[in-house]
Amino acid sequence: MEHYLSLFMRSVFIENMGLSFFLGMCTLLAVSKKIDAAMGLGIAVVVVQTITVPANNLIFKYLLKPDALEWIGLAGLDLTFIGLICYIGLIAAIVQILEMVLDRYFPALYATLGIFLPLIAVNCAILGGSLFMVERDYNFAESMVFGFGSGLGWAMAITLLAAIRQKLHYSDVPSGLKGLGITFMIMGLMALAFMSFSGIQL
Amino acid sequence: MISYKETLLNPIFNRNPITLEILGICSALAITSKLETVTVMALSVTLVTAFSSFSISLIRNRIPSSIRIIVQLTIIATLVIIIDQLLKAYAFQISKQLSVFVGLIITNCIVLGRAEAFAMKNPPLASFIDGIGNGLGYSLVIFAVGFLRELFGSGKLFGFTILKTISEGGWYLPNGLLLLPPSAFFLIGLIIWGIRTRKVEQVEKES
Repeated sequence: MEHYLSLFMRSVFIENMGLSFFLGMCTLLAVSKKIDAAMGLGIAVVVVQTITVPANNLIFKYLLKPDALEWIGLAGLDLTFIGLICYIGLIAAIVQILEMVLDRYFPALYATLGIFLPLIAVNCAILGGSLFMVERDYNFAESMVFGFGSGLGWAMAITLLAAIRQKLHYSDVPSGLKGLGITFMIMGLMALAFMSFSGIQL
Repeated sequence: MISYKETLLNPIFNRNPITLEILGICSALAITSKLETVTVMALSVTLVTAFSSFSISLIRNRIPSSIRIIVQLTIIATLVIIIDQLLKAYAFQISKQLSVFVGLIITNCIVLGRAEAFAMKNPPLASFIDGIGNGLGYSLVIFAVGFLRELFGSGKLFGFTILKTISEGGWYLPNGLLLLPPSAFFLIGLIIWGIRTRKVEQVEKES
């Protein structure tokens, strides 16, 4: 239990997807103008990440890993090279299914999250989560914790950034720096602040 | 119909994917601390963008629009797998340093953005050139950031010592901040500021 708790804290704070690995930057910068939109996208990322990372873990373990196909009698097969296409395919498919399920059964939720779902299929934080899971060789339970934690960390990053950007309306920014430029600076400062988490051993 | 030259040069200076369209930023930040990795990354992204735009444009009239994202992603992922395998075979050290970022070219928004915005509407050759142009625009920015970060962060360029650091018996005190990833945010922010001071029409309006 302690192991999972420490993995969770690590993926939320110390190895934050947005602020220490810089994944999902494009959406992070583009959708952080309004705080409600940012939170909506954040929640959608948490949901998708929690589903896709363990699902990709299963794909990796039972289909792609060297000797993984032994259970249907094909030993000695190593399909890891085809991994990227499987992961992205699964992510795109899950996002599509999620969109349809939400549309059919939870129209209220679909109205708020719906527009963000297609964006998520191409969010590097989602694919990055799956790739990190493979690289670090997590097992199923670990990948579930990691998926939830990293999604939550990313959601936190975008909500914080949106909050800061909303307050920026009251400040006097040099004209060339308005919009994108100042957002980069803020992200830099936030990333520096998050670096203070590094080195914490749990 | 705009000319091929314009298609090539426009994304490099006027509509740069990183500084104006906010595309492909993740990798621009994470891999720019050394020029060696920057070169590999710039080359890979340019090739993938060009060839994916080319192939998507070839079949653009046959893709049903409801599943186009998956079709595009499959083409892009195939190209990225080829690059990934080539790097693992011939440049294993660099491929280890880039770790997941080679795979993340798939979700690099420049590639998909160009496929969606340009290749779906234009003939193959123009799409190919547009892909090269956007790849070069991306390369230009990450080279600038990588150059500054490696030169002032560790006093080297491509691993060769330019400014001899104090720890090696020289005179230059390296700026440690530039080796940390957040410095790339400040550098790109300053580059954007510079560009927009010259090209005032790019300044964003208050919403």
